[in-house]
Amino acid sequence: MSVPPRPADARRPHAFRASGRYSALRLLREALGGHQGWRRAWRKAEPRKEYQVVIVGGGGHGLATAYYLANHFGITDVAVVEKGPIGLGNVGRNTTIIRSTYYRPENIRFYDHSLRLWEGLEQELNFNAMVSQRGVVYTYHTDGQRDHMIRRANDMRLAGADCVELDRAALKALIPAISLDSGRFPVLGAFMQPRGGTVRHDAVAWGYARGASEAGVDIIEHCEVTGLRQANGRVTGVETTRGFIGAGTVCLAVAGHSSHLAGMAGIRLPIETHALQAFVSEAIKPFLDVVLMFGAGHFYISQSDKGGMVFGGAIDAHNTYAQRGTQWIAQEVAAEGVALLPALARLRILRQWAGVMDMTMDGTPIISKLPLDGLVMNGGWCYGGFKAIPAGGYTAAHLIAHGEAHPLTAHMDVGRFAAGLTVDEPGTGPFPWAH
Amino acid sequence: MLRITCPHCGVRDEVEFRYRGDASVQRPPADADAAAFVAYVYERDNPRGWHHEWWYHAAGCRQYLQLWRHTVTHTIHAVGTATDTLTPPHGMVDR
Ligand SMILES: Cc1cc2nc3c(=O)[nH]c(=O)nc-3n(C[C@H](O)[C@H](O)[C@H](O)COP(=O)(O)OP(=O)(O)OC[C@H]3O[C@@H](n4cnc5c(N)ncnc54)[C@H](O)[C@@H]3O)c2cc1C
Ligand SMILES: [Zn+2]
Repeated sequence: MSVPPRPADARRPHAFRASGRYSALRLLREALGGHQGWRRAWRKAEPRKEYQVVIVGGGGHGLATAYYLANHFGITDVAVVEKGPIGLGNVGRNTTIIRSTYYRPENIRFYDHSLRLWEGLEQELNFNAMVSQRGVVYTYHTDGQRDHMIRRANDMRLAGADCVELDRAALKALIPAISLDSGRFPVLGAFMQPRGGTVRHDAVAWGYARGASEAGVDIIEHCEVTGLRQANGRVTGVETTRGFIGAGTVCLAVAGHSSHLAGMAGIRLPIETHALQAFVSEAIKPFLDVVLMFGAGHFYISQSDKGGMVFGGAIDAHNTYAQRGTQWIAQEVAAEGVALLPALARLRILRQWAGVMDMTMDGTPIISKLPLDGLVMNGGWCYGGFKAIPAGGYTAAHLIAHGEAHPLTAHMDVGRFAAGLTVDEPGTGPFPWAH
Repeated sequence: MLRITCPHCGVRDEVEFRYRGDASVQRPPADADAAAFVAYVYERDNPRGWHHEWWYHAAGCRQYLQLWRHTVTHTIHAVGTATDTLTPPHGMVDR
């Protein structure tokens, strides 16, 4: 590190020069100038005494909520406080799959809206998030599964989402490496959502951070929230490792830590925290150009632009806040992968990691006011919150700005559990370890 | 991989067991109000720390066991049968 650390620019708001628009012409110009003209994409801020809105958590949802508040709802007096560096939580740990192949119609509509926002995101943010609509393919292995998928496909079509059926021949033509007759679980056919795909996860954090910062949001790193201060039944701010920060509204966007943060206000949530693992192999030549999901177990895989095979499976299935992952799940994931794509057996796994996630009791997220005035949350994302970042951020910003849920997230209110209106997405009941 | 010492079967790998959730929640009496049942069915402390929980030894004795396990370090403080009274880790109270 030869460059001395730059002083934080917060008290000199005009010292930060915006990064400017990115374009092919700009790239060319910078290339001719030896790439000396690129500027920092977002401003590292020091905490001020108070803000209209403090968002806890600098992951995808926290940064997106801040971005939409500042750019679409006219609220720019906003801070995002993050205990580490931004983007190193689940937003930087997930397998980057986007899709709207959900079961409950409310969730299909929400996730398809998110997919539409992904489709325009790079223009919106002027940032290359590498949104790749390569298609998401699901295999089915029994008649019952086929019927279930037909039902789901029809629900998706009713909600305006896309879904096509593939027979065995079409599937084999699309994915030559697939094994249709692996003995125990022969593949009967598949469904595909052509608009599904993958996104460069880190770029999502950076792109939203840049857009939020340029609209005036303070992004404060290495600032852990350790308490929620309240007076007269209202939240008044957050205690942090860098002092108290006052706030009119506090939004929790802390992924696997929602129970922990809400607990600071004495609120118990319908959530358990579980770990999900991911794996990436050594890089190989183009092998798979869609996202493939194994219907006879829990396995999904895609190939990154660097060539690595990125894959994962089921959650570790016991409460944990440890970002490690248990070995038997890793073995199970490998076995399922080899059953579906036998050529994977020759690959070496380069890296394995885990993230900890809020698993809600009904598998549906929670974008909601909490039972303390001024406190809201954007969480409960289970293992599927990456694809939800644009819509989750937008609708959480709507909730903060208007004080009521966006119509797409009316079913995500935390009051649904007491009201008997749970939206049981996996159909397994209140047993998160079984989702 | 967790290694759980089953009181009936001895030390076994986690893969033989099925996790069955928070053991601290108690079913309210039948005449309790709806809020008590909502809390029982859905709301959890979900601690980042010691957790009192059920495990089912599916591929062993097929008995329900209770554990005190730490959700960050995964240290297992105590294992017992469903009816045992376990001594909680220091500073923890059993509800
Ligand atoms: C292995 C894995 C694979 C996944 N694959 C997919 C997928 O393919 N598709 C999909 O849609 N979803 C997927 N998900 C789920 C998705 O990643 C998450 O649901 C989503 O990223 C969660 O929202 P976030 O980005 O805001 O979370 P995060 O990035 O985790 O953000 C939360 C932030 O809060 C911070 N924080 C926590 N406590 C505090 C505190 N006290 N004070 C300050 N800051 C705090 C954390 O440091 C963190 O940065 C996957 C998850 C994992 C773990
Ligand atoms: Zn046993």
